[in-house]
This record gives sequence, structure tokens and C-alpha cells, in this order.
Amino acid sequence: MRISVASGKGGTGKTTLAVNMALALSRERDVDLMDFDVEEPDCSNFLGIGTEKVSDVMIDNPVFNRDICTRCGECGRFCRYNAIAVLKDQVMLFPELCNGCGGCAMVCPVGAISYTSRRIGEVRSGQLGALHFHEGVLVPGEAKAVPVIDELMRYAAQDIVIMDSPPGTSCPMMATVRGSDHCILVTEPTPFGLHDLRLAVAAVREIGVEHGIVINRYGSGDSRIEEYAKEEGIEVLLKIPQDMEIARLYSDGIPFVDERPDIAKELVDLYERLEGGSL
Amino acid sequence: MAAIASPRSAIADCDVDASDLHLVTSPEVEKSEDFFGLDIPIIDSARCTRCGLCRQSCRFDAIDGSINVIEDRCEGCGVCELVCPVGAIVMEKRLDGRIFSSMTRFGPMVHAALKAGGEGSGKLVSMVREWTRKKAMEMKKEFIIVDGPPGIGCPVISSITGADLSVIVTEPTVSGISDMKRILEVTEHFDVRSLCIINKWDLNTKKTKDIESFMDQKGIPIIGKLPYRTDFNRAQILGRTLYEEAEVEVREVLEGIWNRTIVELKGD
Repeated sequence: MRISVASGKGGTGKTTLAVNMALALSRERDVDLMDFDVEEPDCSNFLGIGTEKVSDVMIDNPVFNRDICTRCGECGRFCRYNAIAVLKDQVMLFPELCNGCGGCAMVCPVGAISYTSRRIGEVRSGQLGALHFHEGVLVPGEAKAVPVIDELMRYAAQDIVIMDSPPGTSCPMMATVRGSDHCILVTEPTPFGLHDLRLAVAAVREIGVEHGIVINRYGSGDSRIEEYAKEEGIEVLLKIPQDMEIARLYSDGIPFVDERPDIAKELVDLYERLEGGSL
Repeated sequence: MAAIASPRSAIADCDVDASDLHLVTSPEVEKSEDFFGLDIPIIDSARCTRCGLCRQSCRFDAIDGSINVIEDRCEGCGVCELVCPVGAIVMEKRLDGRIFSSMTRFGPMVHAALKAGGEGSGKLVSMVREWTRKKAMEMKKEFIIVDGPPGIGCPVISSITGADLSVIVTEPTVSGISDMKRILEVTEHFDVRSLCIINKWDLNTKKTKDIESFMDQKGIPIIGKLPYRTDFNRAQILGRTLYEEAEVEVREVLEGIWNRTIVELKGD
């Protein structure tokens, strides 16, 4: 089963949950742990393994042949991202605005446009026992996360895939959650947590993926998440308590599954209940 | 910062896909507008012959096997409209969210809400900044305080470019430090000077020291350190800012942060 771990709000504990669930499961079974937060990939900080690049992620940018170009301006008119400026003596491309849609070459009446690839990120992999780790990494300065997410998605291979998703509710999160069978929404019991959870639920409902809620740092706020979950008929799958020991282990990049076998067992049970379809 | 700086500042909430500032600033909306991000193709199923050329030509895999548009994948490029041999596709404006100009107890605030899966978050962030700039000029505010989105992608880049200063909030954790280094690469790439705040500093004093040495090496001032306290959530629950609810020692740290920020701004 493919499980995405998402949340509207950043910093709620997605990576913590994804990493610890994957590690706990990997004691018995082969698991893919995949880090889809390609802008700020953090899972690797907790695994203590080396990784190697397995794929470059490229996007196409147009190249204008000055000898053939008649400066008719069709390409600039077609481009919806203001990435092309047609001037008197040259055509300029603003690569950071270019989406690689290929439209400019299609509208050029003289065939003056071809494409060159630019590297915007990479996919890396590593192994820890039965845990197969893959992460996507966007090059800082690049704007588009989705092409890296799409490339990373191709590496999902095991029966169990745990997908650490990006925060927020816009295209990177949607692209990740679309690739899953169930989405676990991690939140915290505060006003910001609830507000962003509502947005995340709306997003996940739009995709049509089954979902449940995990309340992290339970006890550090109030009961609003539970009330909301009840109103909306969404199951609260698990509550992880506010706990200094967990926070300290996290700060040192140590997964808590070894020190806290009680929670490790709850994570394994949770996965098995989801896989068994009893939820 | 806005609580301390008021009435000299205007606020821009640029975390458009999960904007939260309104929860602690109680804004009264004065003006709002629909936000149209990228266009979206409308496919006339009566005209469509299901040739599949649109699906083949789409570089974003935004048209599925039943020739329906997958909205959150569509980048609004217009190639499908271009290639359709029977003119069954027309690009139309897409309602992606809403932008608000409001007044709060700290002064004017511009904020927005992007629809789930909304495209054009970068464009919406630019619009929030533009509206805030106009409002700040109109009301003669000296400062614009921008609450930025998380990550390093297009909405973040949109919120950083052209800023006089960026204040990077980090924490003494392995993830906090690695994320901080990546956002620093972006601010450096766009030539924006940075300051640093360490949140939850006493969670891991060794890592706090690591951050301090790193920043020292980079010549980036650390303008404040906040302790790890779960009772900070109390302010949020009351719909107030931390500054308004915290005890004196914490208020002093926050004031120190703002004062240092002004010093660094004027130092330019």
C-alpha cells in the first residue's frame, strides 16, 4: 500500500512519522521510504546512510537560432509566462520563468527554435536493511518542484511505500498525494494546526484519496482537532504525545523507534490496519 | 515583529497556501478580489474526437486518458488549445483564490487564500506584495513585514526577490539546520542579505552552538534566540501574538529582534 504523509502546515511532524513508520515496518518487511519534499528533503538526516544519485531531472528550455529567426514575435506572444522577449536585434529567454511547455517551437513559422536541457534537480537512493530509501532534491534557485516529484515517483517499487510529502496544499503536495492510496494528515492541536488541516482535507478530498488524521504534540494545545475530526467524520488514527524526549531525539536526528518501542508498535499496527482495509 | 513595529509597518502574509496570520491579527477586510492564476483549458466534449493529440503534447501530463483536465497538474501553457485539430479546446481564466486587503490592530495587512491545488502561487505572492507596497505608500508606513512560505520553490522566490533583508528562522535540530542552509543558498542566489533567529534554542544547546559558529563564519548576525516553550501556544489559542501575551523576558528578546532588524536595515 502507498501511504502519503502530508499536512497543510509545515513543521507538524510528517517526516518524523514517515521515517519512524518506515523504519519500524522495515524490521519485518521490505519498505520504500520516499522523500517527496524536494525543496527541503529531511528524511536522510535520520537514516545515517550514504546515498547516491540515480537520476538527473532536466527541463527543456528553448534555444533561438539567430540566423533563421525573423523576429516575427509569435513565440513571445504565445508564451504565457513572460519568459520570452523579442527585441529588435535578438530574442531573449528568461530561463527561470520558462516552463518547458514546448509551445514556442510549435508556433515558430520558420523553425528557428530548438531545445536544450537544464538540470533542475536529482533523485538519490540508499539502503538500510530492508528499507529502500529514495529522495528528490531540487537545486536551490530553481522554482519548479513537480518535475522532480514526478521523476522520484517512478522509483516506488515495494509493496509498502511510505511517502513523506511536501507541506502546503498547492501543486507539489497534490502531485505527491495523487500517487498514494491513503493520505495520513499530521497536525498539531493549535489554531494554526487546525486551520491548515482544513485546507489539507479540502485538497485531499479534491483528489479523492482516503485520509485520516494523526495528532502530533498531543497535549500541547487544546481539543479542537478532535472536535473537528468528529464533525467531519474523519478518523483520528493516532495521537503522539508532546514529549521532550521525542523532541530531543528529533533534534539530534535520531529516530525514536529504538528508544520508544511502544510508539514503534503503534505505527506498525496503524499501517497494518490501513493495509488490511479495516479503516 | 508587527506587534512591536506598529504603527510603522504593513504586513504581507505571503504563505498563500496555508496563510495563518489572520488567526492572531483579527483582520477586518476592507477590500477583496478574485485571483485568477494561470488559465485552464475547457474541452468541448461534443467537438472532441478523442484523437488524444492534446494528451500527447502536454508536457505536464495534465490530460488523462478520458481527455479530462487534471487541474492541479495543468500549468496553463496553452499547447493543447494550439494543437487541437478540431478547435475543441479553449483556454479560459481560472479562479485560483482570493486576495484581501485588511486592517488589523497593528496596521494594514494584505493576505490571500489559494484554492487547494491552486496553480500560480508565485503569481499570487507577487500580487500580495504589490498590494502591500501600495497600501504602505498610501498610509506612509516605513516597513513591510512579509511572512514567507516554507520551502525554496516558486512562492518563496516570489516573496524574497527585491527584499531589503531576509530574516531566517531556524531551530537547533538536524532538519532545521539542513533546511536553513538551503534557504540561505536561495537568498544568496537572489542577492538578499540575511539575519538569523534561533527558535527553541535550549532544545539542543550543542546544535545551537553549531548554528552560531556557522553564522559567525558566514557573517550573518543572530538577532535573537527564543526558548523552547510549549506554553507559547497559549497566545495563538487566544488569537493573540506571542508579544502580547508573553512574560517580560520573552518580550525583551522579541523587542531586541525588532530593534536589531531596524539597525541592520538602516545600515545598508
